[in-house]
Amino acid sequence: MEDDAPVIYGLEFQARALTPQTAETDAIRFLVGTQSLRYDNQIHIIDFDDENNIINKNVLLHQVGEIWHISASPADKGVLATCYNKTSDGKVVTCAAVWRMPKELESGSHESPDDSSSNTQTLELLCHLDNTAHGNMACVMWEPMGDGKKIISLADNNILLWDLQESSTKAVLSSSSALEGKGQLRFTSGRWSPHHNCTQIATANDTTVRGWDTRSMRQIYSIENAHGQLVRDLDFNPNKQYYLASCGDDCKVKFWDTRNVTEPVKTLEEHSHWVWNVRYNHSHDQLILTGSSDSRVILSNMVSISSEPFGHMVDDDELSDQEEQHQEEKIKEPLQDSVIATYEEHEDSVYAVEWSSADPWLFASLSYDGRLVINRVPRALKYHILL
Amino acid sequence: MAEVEAAGSGTETGGGSESGNATGSGSGWRRPHGPLQRYYGPSAAEAAEATPDPADINGPHFDPEVFLTKVRSECRLGELLSREATLGREIRALDSDMQTLLYENYNKFISATDTIRKMKVDFRRMEAEMDDLASNMAAISASSARVSAALQDRHRRGAQLAGVQALLRKLQSLVEVPGRLRRWAAPGADPARALHCYARARAVLRHYRHLPSFRAIEDESHSIMAELAQRLRARLRDDTLDPKELTECVEMLLQLEEPPEELCEEFLSQAGARLEAELAALEAELPPSDPSGTASTPPPASDILDFVDRGSSAFVSNLCLLAASYRSLFEGRPGSGDGRLEAFASTLTTRYFELLERRLALERGLGDTSLLVRALDRFHRRLRALLELLPAAGAEAGAALVARAARERVARYLRALQTFFLGCLGDVRQALAAPRPPGKDGPGLPDLLATLSSSVLGQLKAVLAYVQLFTARDVAFASLGGLGIAWGLVVAFVRWLCRTARGFADSPAERGAPAAPPALLLLLARLCLDYEATTISYILTLTDEQFPPEDTGPAVTPGPALCAEARGAAQRLLDHYVQVQGAAVAQMLRKSVETRDWLGTVEPRNVRAVMKRVVEDITAIDVQVGQLFEEGVRRAQSSDSSRRAFSVYSSSRAPGRYAPSYTPSAPMDTHLLSNIQKLFSERIDIFSPVEFNKVSVLTGIIKISLKTLLECVRLRTLGRFGLQQVQVDGHYLQLYLWRFAADERVVQGLLDEVAASAAHRCLDPVPMEHSVVELICERG
Repeated sequence: MEDDAPVIYGLEFQARALTPQTAETDAIRFLVGTQSLRYDNQIHIIDFDDENNIINKNVLLHQVGEIWHISASPADKGVLATCYNKTSDGKVVTCAAVWRMPKELESGSHESPDDSSSNTQTLELLCHLDNTAHGNMACVMWEPMGDGKKIISLADNNILLWDLQESSTKAVLSSSSALEGKGQLRFTSGRWSPHHNCTQIATANDTTVRGWDTRSMRQIYSIENAHGQLVRDLDFNPNKQYYLASCGDDCKVKFWDTRNVTEPVKTLEEHSHWVWNVRYNHSHDQLILTGSSDSRVILSNMVSISSEPFGHMVDDDELSDQEEQHQEEKIKEPLQDSVIATYEEHEDSVYAVEWSSADPWLFASLSYDGRLVINRVPRALKYHILL
Repeated sequence: MAEVEAAGSGTETGGGSESGNATGSGSGWRRPHGPLQRYYGPSAAEAAEATPDPADINGPHFDPEVFLTKVRSECRLGELLSREATLGREIRALDSDMQTLLYENYNKFISATDTIRKMKVDFRRMEAEMDDLASNMAAISASSARVSAALQDRHRRGAQLAGVQALLRKLQSLVEVPGRLRRWAAPGADPARALHCYARARAVLRHYRHLPSFRAIEDESHSIMAELAQRLRARLRDDTLDPKELTECVEMLLQLEEPPEELCEEFLSQAGARLEAELAALEAELPPSDPSGTASTPPPASDILDFVDRGSSAFVSNLCLLAASYRSLFEGRPGSGDGRLEAFASTLTTRYFELLERRLALERGLGDTSLLVRALDRFHRRLRALLELLPAAGAEAGAALVARAARERVARYLRALQTFFLGCLGDVRQALAAPRPPGKDGPGLPDLLATLSSSVLGQLKAVLAYVQLFTARDVAFASLGGLGIAWGLVVAFVRWLCRTARGFADSPAERGAPAAPPALLLLLARLCLDYEATTISYILTLTDEQFPPEDTGPAVTPGPALCAEARGAAQRLLDHYVQVQGAAVAQMLRKSVETRDWLGTVEPRNVRAVMKRVVEDITAIDVQVGQLFEEGVRRAQSSDSSRRAFSVYSSSRAPGRYAPSYTPSAPMDTHLLSNIQKLFSERIDIFSPVEFNKVSVLTGIIKISLKTLLECVRLRTLGRFGLQQVQVDGHYLQLYLWRFAADERVVQGLLDEVAASAAHRCLDPVPMEHSVVELICERG
């Protein structure tokens, strides 16, 4: 029971940007970017020691501006990209850059927090993603499962595909596409699909969700009015290639089959304010995590549209008789979609939730007041899924 | 003593001589002497029984010696003397008796001998006479035999002649048969007698058909009968035959040994043609069936009751008659038992039902229900008669038809109700959308609501009155089941109403369909709420009164379930109303925040127009909601709800359950104060269900708007004047919005957060003087 208690970490600044260290598969490590207009912004590298329930942190300075979005390279633990605000001449511009953290922090140094706070280190700039011609950067996506050489950034109404060359010190714009239409179109969010050999991405602008092919940079599908109001976030099901989750200002989370986009496959209405973030669990795609500005994080179990609608499949020859019986019993149980838990540790709007890349049963959520909460999937459910 | 002895023996001797004189068989003669012997002495039996007393002088064992010894020893002399005298006297008396007897017997013997002698003489003469007689008799019998032998031949010839004469008479009648047949079988004559005659002659004719003359007769009569049969058949095909004649005709043909199967077919087809004709006559009244279903068909010439009347008097009764005669005609004959009649009847009834169905379909208006009910009733009664006769004639389909018609009518009422309601809603929508002439208010929402609800209720009552006709006591099919129909109607309507109302809220307005105007949502919410509170129970009571519940009735949906449904719909509608209105205001705020350049803005001199617009809109909403909903409770500073909300919030963080390990970050949090403040303020659910009152509704809308403002401000970077503008706007909103909200602290709290967030997002946070802010707001 004690293990299920949440672990809370407080940042001194407000924060919106959160990412797991994607390339790290052993240690539980999250990166948080702060938002402060008046102080130097920081990136907190937060190590979670699962056994001792202890958090270790390292702070890196990010002096160029407040961080709106952060993403870690899937190939190199030390490389990350941020979108940040730069204020100059009474104008706010959002830029993006790729950074490398100091070598000793890549795998987390287990120094005591007191020591590390005294000598904060600085990120090493690898390259800027030049956006002078394209507008404000909304987010940066790494090619999933890639070698960390390809990234896509969304800038206002442009999709920009970059090649990182010379150990990521040079970013070359390899192709781009612009969304044309009435009014001022602006991408709010995007997601790179891990399926189809990583050739598809999905983007959100206003109430519409669009799919793109990265080879031709053409639109391949479009879900008009996916939500009644602004779409805030997207995520692909890691195991079912056509399934996509979206969330938005109408307090709903919707699940789509991109082959048939007239109606959502499923709709969740559990939050009482805008839903800012939706994330599929990387291994067990029935687990859905959502964060909302009603200050709650909700973990849902969407068994019916997961890749394992009848529970975990075990190969027959692995089963002894006893296990077989157990298996049968389990299959008989009705599998229903349900809310597993509502986490109320936050007191301000939750703008980011992320699963750990190392431990599929662990996730972090970040609220605007700088509070990072690390929670686990309830043990009973974990065993239910595993056994 | 010796004399006594002698007397005794003398008697015996006398007897002995007598027997010797008779035929000589001594024992035969002894028997008549029994009485005499008894007279003289005891019988042998007596003698055997009595103790042998040798002294008894009368006993058989008398022993003179013993007697004498006894007398001498016992008696005295005197006595002896007297006894001797007595004995002497007795002996003398006995002697004289014996002489008398002897004499008498001798005379009798003499006369007997004479008689026998005479008899011998007479018999001899009689024998001669007997011989004479015998010879005479022989002569007589001989002559009699002679006579009869002479007569026998004649007698035989006489008998033969009589036979011939009978035969000839029969033959004559046979010969006459064709003539008679011809006479009777002539058109218009009496075919029945011809048939009778023919039936009698037929067997004989058939028997002697090997004789040419008879065959001629047979052939002739055959041909006559064939002709008759032909004529009968022709008659059978005659359309003008009424069913009775038809039956007779077929009966005669049957007697003519026409094949029954063929006849059966003929009969049925004939009757079928007649019935078809009747059906066609009925059909002629119907307008041509018109698959396109255009509504331009003229109203039918006669009403439905008339139609059913005619149908049942002509068609159904004829069918009954037909079935009965078919039964009597073909019962037990080969080829009739294969359900042909049933099949026949069911095709016809099916067609009849079809016609009736079509006719019923013409009754698509809501015209005279009583007429329809009576028509259906009559139809049902006739059908029951038919059903008794022909259980398999598909009559149950007719019952189903009645039930269906009734149900359809009810369904039509339901549809009419629904269209009526939708029409009312359309009117309401129009009234809401109509541009109001300035200075003159259109009909207020309460008026619209009252009109809507009263007209719907009135319509419902009218429909119930119609439906009541179906359940009238004297209607035969009332027992047909499904008379939960009234209940069904009411329940279905209320359900539908709730569902429709809900539909306005649930319809994915964001995906195409034009959204319902918010005022309509509000109106419907109020309507549903009214239904929940009073109308449903009123309607149900009404229905209960008009349709006393039957024991067999289906489980009736209880009022509470309907009420709950209505309440659910009302809640959903009101929530949706809040969301729609909130979203409208929020959209306005979001656009205004997103499109403004907050860094380069100039010093605020005015409240932004959009804020004024927000206040105006919310005021308008307040008016709108106030027309339909009660004011609601405004909470005092420490209201229940805020305490409840807070306790919920804090219990989730009870220290016992969780032991959060809070890792303090090194420098003191700059906004720790606000965090602490938040700890003690309630958590606000933005899109939460509202209560049915004005304050709650408006609080919901204001919460949505302000939370949007907060989130949008947090996404921007502000300059000094941008912050000041937000300050001014916030103050303005607070000035005008607090009075709408249930708990002004909610407004205050949200606006504080907006201000705090704006300050955080400001590059140069220099707030404006409060007095200046107030001044600007008042000026605005």
